Amino acid sequence: MDLHFGDSKPTDDERAAVDALLGPPESSWEGAARDEMRAADLRWARGGREARERRDLLLPGLHAINDRIGWISEGALAYLCRRLTVPPAEAYGVATFYAMFSVKPRPATVLHVCTDLACAAAGAAGLCAGIEARLGLGSGVSVERSPCLGLCERAPAALAITAGEPVRTAVSAPATVEAAVLAASAPDSADEEPPAATAVPQAGQPGLTLLSRVGVVDPTSLDDYRAHGGYTALRRAFELGPAGVIREVTDSGLVGRGGAAFPTGRKWQATASQPDHPHYVVCNADESEPGTFKDRVIMEGDPFALVEAMTIAAYATGAHQGHLYLRGEYPRAMRRLEHALAQARARGLLGDDVLGQGYAFDIEIRRGAGAYICGEETALFNSIEGYRGEPRSKPPFPVEKGLFGKPTVENNVETLVNVLPILTMGAPAYAAIGTGRSTGPKLFCVSGSVDRPGIYELPFGATLGDLLTLAGVRDRLRAVLLGGAAGGFVRPDELDIPLTFEGTREAGTTLGSGVVMAFDDTVPLPRLLLRIAEFFRDESCGQCVPCRVGTVRQEEALHRIVERTGADAAGDIVLLREVGRAMRDASICGLGQTAWNAVESAIDRLGAYE
Amino acid sequence: MTVIPLGVPRRLLEFTIDGAPVRAPEGSTILDACRAAGKDVPTLCQGDTLAPKNACRVCVVEVEGARTLVPACSREAEPGMEVRTDTERARHSRKVVLELLASSVDLSTTPRVAGWIKEYEAKPDRFGPDAARLNEEPRVDNELYVRDYDKCILCYKCVDACGNQWQNTFAISVAGRGFDARIAVEHDAPLTDSACVYCGNCIEVCPTGALSFKSEFDMRAAGTWDESAQTETTTVCAYCGVGCNLTLHVQDNEIVKVTSPHDNPVTHGNLCIKGRFGYQHVQNRD
Ligand SMILES: Cc1cc2nc3c(=O)[nH]c(=O)nc-3n(C[C@H](O)[C@H](O)[C@H](O)COP(=O)(O)O)c2cc1C
Ligand code: SF4
Ligand code: SF4
Ligand code: SF4
Ligand code: FES
Ligand code: FES
Repeated sequence: MDLHFGDSKPTDDERAAVDALLGPPESSWEGAARDEMRAADLRWARGGREARERRDLLLPGLHAINDRIGWISEGALAYLCRRLTVPPAEAYGVATFYAMFSVKPRPATVLHVCTDLACAAAGAAGLCAGIEARLGLGSGVSVERSPCLGLCERAPAALAITAGEPVRTAVSAPATVEAAVLAASAPDSADEEPPAATAVPQAGQPGLTLLSRVGVVDPTSLDDYRAHGGYTALRRAFELGPAGVIREVTDSGLVGRGGAAFPTGRKWQATASQPDHPHYVVCNADESEPGTFKDRVIMEGDPFALVEAMTIAAYATGAHQGHLYLRGEYPRAMRRLEHALAQARARGLLGDDVLGQGYAFDIEIRRGAGAYICGEETALFNSIEGYRGEPRSKPPFPVEKGLFGKPTVENNVETLVNVLPILTMGAPAYAAIGTGRSTGPKLFCVSGSVDRPGIYELPFGATLGDLLTLAGVRDRLRAVLLGGAAGGFVRPDELDIPLTFEGTREAGTTLGSGVVMAFDDTVPLPRLLLRIAEFFRDESCGQCVPCRVGTVRQEEALHRIVERTGADAAGDIVLLREVGRAMRDASICGLGQTAWNAVESAIDRLGAYE
Repeated sequence: MTVIPLGVPRRLLEFTIDGAPVRAPEGSTILDACRAAGKDVPTLCQGDTLAPKNACRVCVVEVEGARTLVPACSREAEPGMEVRTDTERARHSRKVVLELLASSVDLSTTPRVAGWIKEYEAKPDRFGPDAARLNEEPRVDNELYVRDYDKCILCYKCVDACGNQWQNTFAISVAGRGFDARIAVEHDAPLTDSACVYCGNCIEVCPTGALSFKSEFDMRAAGTWDESAQTETTTVCAYCGVGCNLTLHVQDNEIVKVTSPHDNPVTHGNLCIKGRFGYQHVQNRD
């Protein structure tokens, strides 16, 4: 490699931010001052493989700069690149991929105001206008319209991030103009967020499995977690041995809860049996699907459960290193998990000798930076590795060539947490919950026009109507979006659809990640569809043509017909169908393949433009 | 042309293309097999000297049992596969991809694309006059080559050629995301402030003319570029002892650009700044 770093210099602050992550540079080859010639300068130049192996610190490095300064200058980027031996053009390509980074100067405080589906229905447009009127130019706050912040149960939502040492964050949800402005201008005096359990209307009720500890256990106390049954599943795993654990998981019938519904036991078995080593475990905690917030609630309310479950997954598949890829907009989940990891390490539940069983395992948290596409499993690997979060084409599949090109098992947070009851109650008892092909309990994220939005746990097989009744559905229901932006709409007369993978499939729709968004007839449907199209256009990675251009053409057509029906809309609907079909058929990844689902269902099932 | 090195003999796989049995060496892509069988599958982002990026999706075919269509340029053939290259479904996607591309960028200098647009009955105009386009101004910031990203289909070939696949200079990358993604150097600076060493290997692989010799760009602007009047002569570069092959494109007794044969086993079409651009002394007749 022949790297050229230009001559822009970092400021002292920028240098300090990078050095806090990487340690001081050892030689002028990697950015130390040339005037104090160091002994190391004469002896070595770090380069080649050793340096390239640190490429995965690029994303944390960009975060370090952005957290401290609020944006990424040329000098800061060049310094980071020198430290990591990464070509600046590539690092620039990475920095400009993520919504949370800026390569142009901007105020230290950014206020992200959600304008996505649930928040839009709860008046986000007015909120934005009010905030912008109060925080005019020169306020030192940059107001940015944001996709779903994963706080839909408290819509409308806003998240303020103030760069500095340390970076400060404050959430306002349900947000008012006053509260959001306060969060942005004085994050330390903003109101404390309500505990995670407020997102769980059933909290504390008997009969819960996945949510049994949320609101009951102290999420910051390992002792309390153990007092509530924590770490019995891991003990059981060590008794069963890796093959025994995989057998239990397979027999339980568990399928992934991340949206694609792939059998977890099969994935684990396929990874475990790969001859290539090391193996990795990755927890997909990116959760950026609009309307989804279940993983956040688990991580905030019961973080040790996720740590324990990842340890079991690693033990079963022969991995010694786990990565938890956490969505960048979840500061509280980040703090809770970091604390949980530190406690687990201090108590020998992570590290060289887990539970005294001679098994080494540790977990590293990787923070995303605002890109829905990084939830796609292979894009997530690229993101961790320090590349643009673009999906890879499959095959090869992650079980064979995943993170760093090695066999990798990647699971969703909820999927992993299901492994605990599988091991404590045994596969047959677990499989007896739910229906034949959809076993176990399932979390649903209910938001929109309901009285008690939040996370609900129900055994598979309950109907959509059962769930909406629990959540207090309001009168004049117009439509329900099942499965999030990548899912589909159903009509109010279809509430008897059973909430199972096979039941929703039979009804021509999908369960996706368990999103249920209810909209009453005050919500203008064409606007909602436009918002969905805008989301996909914004979030497309841009790699393949059907999605990069198709999502733009879809949004344009929906704009044209936002106030039209019947014959006036017919031509554009034909266009939408043709482009949608090519996106579904020819896109590289699930984003492009599903970007037309919701709109199509609104046209076909709801008669959106009739 | 794909150069298949004659290494260890490879096992032949048997599968079918459009119902007819074919055999292809293990490791071949569906595209290799299609071409060997005389089928014309359109391709844009595929490069004969580069690992397939499969980003354009114009080469999609149907494979029995696959949920979505499959890019022929990168999917390896497997025994027993049933491939169909010309179904209504595959043709539909190709047509729409061509429409999407042609409505957003300038394909006027992309070889063969006009023929495919006709063949697939693509109508790029149907997205209306307000359909978003790239609308980039050509970047003329050095004397050697011009970047006209209005013609860029984001095939990633130039990035791969400049990066780890050939040149290892890493001067350019894809920046931004979605429709706003563009090929750029760091901080979108002029090329002259970047790591570029002007080897021109990116121009060699660019399928659309988005990257072109300054000489070609100027002649096109002046209306004097005439490929039919050009002759091509392949010779050996005289600068150093490596012996790279140069193909001189000559119009009106002037060298107008220099390319390099891709089937050369040493250089695979790559050159350095001297071989690619250092030809003025040859025609300095003063
Ligand atoms: C565009 C896109 C976004 C995705 N986002 C997420 C996500 O945020 N969280 C998640 O767990 N899975 C997400 N997935 C699904 C993952 O690719 C993958 O299937 C899942 O993490 C596997 O875990 P599971 O088997 O436990 O479900 C996404 C998929 C696509 C195509
Ligand atoms: S479908 Fe969209 S998000 Fe997926 S690879 Fe293609 S452009 Fe990227
Ligand atoms: S001319 Fe060579 S070094 Fe410059 S961008 Fe093109 S491939 Fe890279
Ligand atoms: S400039 Fe040319 S080679 Fe580079 S991505 Fe665009 S079309 Fe491809
Ligand atoms: S937080 Fe606004 S829609 Fe989810
Ligand atoms: S040529 Fe195959 S995807 Fe572009």
